[in-house]
Amino acid sequence: MNIERLVTMINDISHYFAADLDHAAGAASIADHLKKFWEPGMRKQIVAHLAAGGEGLEPLAKTGVEKLSELDSKSAAVNRQ
Amino acid sequence: MLSIVEIDRGTPGVKSDTLVTLDIDGRSISVPEGTSVMRAASQAGISIPKLCATDMLEAFGSCRLCLVEIEGRKGYPASCTTPVAAGMKVNTQTPKLADIRRGVMELYISDHPLDCLTCPANGHCELQDMAGVVGLREVRYGYDGANHVYAKTKQGETNPHFVAKDESNPYFTFDPSKCIVCSRCVRACDEVQGTFALTIQGRGFESKVAASEDSRFLDSECVSCGACVQACPTATLSEKSLIDRGQAEHSVVTTCAYCGVGCSFRAEMKGEEIVRMVPNKDGHANHGHSCVKGRFAIGYATHPDRINTPMIRQKISDPWRIVSWEEAIAHVAGEFKRLQASYGKFSIGGITSSRCTNEETYLVQKLVRAGFGNNNVDTCARVCHSPTGYGLKATLGESAGTQDFDSVEQTDVVLVIGANPTDAHPVFGSQMKQRLRAGAKLIVIDPRRIDLVRTPHIKADYHLKLKPGTNVAVLDTLAHVIVTEGLVDEAFVASRCELEAFAKWRAFVAQDKYSPEAMETETGVPAALVRGAARLYATGGNAAIYYGLGVTEHSQGSTAVMGIANLAMATGNIGRKGVGVNPLRGQNNVQGSCDMGSFPHEFPGYRHVSDAVVRASFESAWGVHLHDEPGLRIPNMFEAAVDGTFKGLYIEGEDIAQSDPNTQHVTAALEAMECVVVQDLFLNETAKYAHVFLPGCSFLEKDGTFTNAERRISRVRKVMEPKGRYADWEVTQLLANAMGYPMHYSHPSEIMDEIARLTPTFHGVSFDKIEQLGSIQWPCNEQHPDGTPVMHVGEFVRGKGRFMLTEYVPTSEKVNAKHPLILTTGRILSQYNVGAQTRRTANVMWHDEDRLEIHPHDAEERGINEDDWVGVESRAGQTVLRARISERMQPGVVYTTFHFPGSGANVITTENSDWATNCPEYKVTAVQVTRVSQPSEWQKRYQAFSNEQQSLLEQSLDATETR
Repeated sequence: MNIERLVTMINDISHYFAADLDHAAGAASIADHLKKFWEPGMRKQIVAHLAAGGEGLEPLAKTGVEKLSELDSKSAAVNRQ
Repeated sequence: MLSIVEIDRGTPGVKSDTLVTLDIDGRSISVPEGTSVMRAASQAGISIPKLCATDMLEAFGSCRLCLVEIEGRKGYPASCTTPVAAGMKVNTQTPKLADIRRGVMELYISDHPLDCLTCPANGHCELQDMAGVVGLREVRYGYDGANHVYAKTKQGETNPHFVAKDESNPYFTFDPSKCIVCSRCVRACDEVQGTFALTIQGRGFESKVAASEDSRFLDSECVSCGACVQACPTATLSEKSLIDRGQAEHSVVTTCAYCGVGCSFRAEMKGEEIVRMVPNKDGHANHGHSCVKGRFAIGYATHPDRINTPMIRQKISDPWRIVSWEEAIAHVAGEFKRLQASYGKFSIGGITSSRCTNEETYLVQKLVRAGFGNNNVDTCARVCHSPTGYGLKATLGESAGTQDFDSVEQTDVVLVIGANPTDAHPVFGSQMKQRLRAGAKLIVIDPRRIDLVRTPHIKADYHLKLKPGTNVAVLDTLAHVIVTEGLVDEAFVASRCELEAFAKWRAFVAQDKYSPEAMETETGVPAALVRGAARLYATGGNAAIYYGLGVTEHSQGSTAVMGIANLAMATGNIGRKGVGVNPLRGQNNVQGSCDMGSFPHEFPGYRHVSDAVVRASFESAWGVHLHDEPGLRIPNMFEAAVDGTFKGLYIEGEDIAQSDPNTQHVTAALEAMECVVVQDLFLNETAKYAHVFLPGCSFLEKDGTFTNAERRISRVRKVMEPKGRYADWEVTQLLANAMGYPMHYSHPSEIMDEIARLTPTFHGVSFDKIEQLGSIQWPCNEQHPDGTPVMHVGEFVRGKGRFMLTEYVPTSEKVNAKHPLILTTGRILSQYNVGAQTRRTANVMWHDEDRLEIHPHDAEERGINEDDWVGVESRAGQTVLRARISERMQPGVVYTTFHFPGSGANVITTENSDWATNCPEYKVTAVQVTRVSQPSEWQKRYQAFSNEQQSLLEQSLDATETR
């Protein structure tokens, strides 16, 4: 999917969770939100985009996607077991 | 004329715990204190003659027909205006009373035409009935004197009292020659509808009913709700359909398929033909009232544009091929299987709609999850109330409004934000106006001066005329005032809410940046107004918030919903009658379609697909393995289609090519797919891009249930056979079977039984139970066997209420030199959403095109006059509309509706969306407006494409006829 659109959407999500002064909690909430509402293909795409430098992602959004990448690899590991 | 089956008890019912016992005609009767003698008699089966009394209206006491004798009282009191008293002895039939009544009737009939046999009310005329009841045998006065009956006098001169029939309204006629000046129409307009369009003009014999200042009905302030027609005891106000077809012979109770109020109607029928729709007095949502859409705008169901045969084609540039159902279903199943085989399991999906019944929506999501094997299912609530689901779930624990409509009767402060109930939810709007006229205070938060701000006998105490896109900022400033001025209901918060989250929130909204003064330039709302409104909301007694799409359709839609829930929790305005958070749902079954699991991430009852226990329950009931990851949302489907990974779509009852934002993006996505299947009544905008058309049914042709904005589940009942052979749920079932996933329901009630088995909040729901109770508000289960009018009593659904932080993040859609105005969109009373239904009715007489409303100042700067063609351009596209200059707008803001496809309102709206749910930001688009002389390039292309599609349709129909 259009990666700029996905980046904008994640930045928008991060703006909401930026209100939480605890940034780690904010990033975790972003990851949780993406995990809950985003179709896996979109998640894969944004994680790959981050791995390629994450152009356009704002700092909190980046941390959120990092967290998502951890969450997704964890559940992938569970599924493999 | 009243319904053919309802009993009219003359005066409204009274609620009182005290019973009063009296004696009427020797019978002992107990009724609630405050009941009229007339109603008490009626409840005992004793009919007292009456003309000006009807139980939808307060007693008036003008016709002098309902006089009775009461022991110990002088004279002959009117039974409608006399309340019962303990020990009262009433006689309703005495020789003296008979004399008086006959005398009264004689006077009435001396000024009434004697054309009973050819009169549309014949057989159901209250005047005729009363003449019979009182035994009128002669009219001694003759008919030669002054009268309102004849156009000419005996001498051939023009009769100054005569007024010709007014047939201007498309749905009913007004024939003053038959009027008995009982004032029932005038009072219905005042008391029930609250428009005050009718009046009694003149005095004595000169008295007559007039619309506005003696205008034709169509030119008057009349909103054509029909309350007057229903109230009229004679044929003075009659439905044109009744005049054309004659009296109905049976009546079926069903639920309106227009807005989220979900009015109950009696479809009055002659065989399979509808004579008229009469709002059901026992209807729990509407109590016998209706609007112009529900009562009158049903002609679309039998419109010649209906397509009643399946059609297929290879390419959208091909003519359609009319085929059998068998061929069409086999074709779709074959195509979908082919697509899944070549592009993968996730390459297809389905879209259901808020227009579908619960049972249909449930089946569509079941087909997608179990039959397609993925979770690519979404519903049009995506583009309207998805933020409500998200925001209320996060804060209160359930994705639904907290109250019933009747709760407003105990509200002291009504706060309306981003909603326009008198246009979009007219019947509830009327109920709200009744409460406001009775003294409740009103706060309106809206960029426009909606009608509610100033309407007869109602004036908003506060109108916060904010700039579009600043809802969250205004909600935060209201919260700021509540927190910093000590207006929090500390006891409520301490016992009912999560304290840590509350403390965080309190500190958050107390920040100086959220003071009304600091936010004034951002929101455009004077700080003093915000402070006043906040104080009123927090301290004015029972305060209830009503909101609509003006809250949800923003980049911060979900944040605003949470801000609303925060306000209600902070002030303790939740969990009892008269208060609460009330989302006004746009379409008839927005609530239901969401409840039924039509969002890609959740099963019925708002349970996430990743929840292993829930998933296991569905897997065991459905006998298949289910996917545990969320599917594509509607806008994601478009993106994926343009990418080439999403290839097939089954759309039931939804017109994405007109209703979704950034039309050119949507149509590009549709063109990129290989098999688009549209199930609908008409060749709608989306169907013009479809490869398969399956005929859908109107709500009159099928059984099922709708769930309205109050979580009220009501029955939709079939009054005629499906025009295309199958009801919509049967089509989905055929498709599932052809795809290799078996479904064998024989009636929608079996589908509801399955929903009830699998969904805890629906455990107690069944068609039988709805039959018994009339309607049910979910949750309905072991804990709430009769349903739940008010939620969160004593405890929130999630346990403790959770305050959520609501940082104001200005939208990226900003005005600049190129696009200096903000466009916001909305609805109008006479039309409904994409207009597919209402455009095919006489409602176009009130609104036959979408206009651009613009403030006189902005218009003057651009040299724009009323009716000029103006180009509206955003970064997404351009369209051309005619201008309407209006001071309802604030300078800098323009407005339009989107009821006509050719208007292209959504060519202008952008892909911006709510951060949490991707609900489009329909309410804020930066635009420039200029005077132009011709349609936009998009409109020219649209017209050419549309004409071509229409001609392809006609070619196919012709081909069949000549076959």
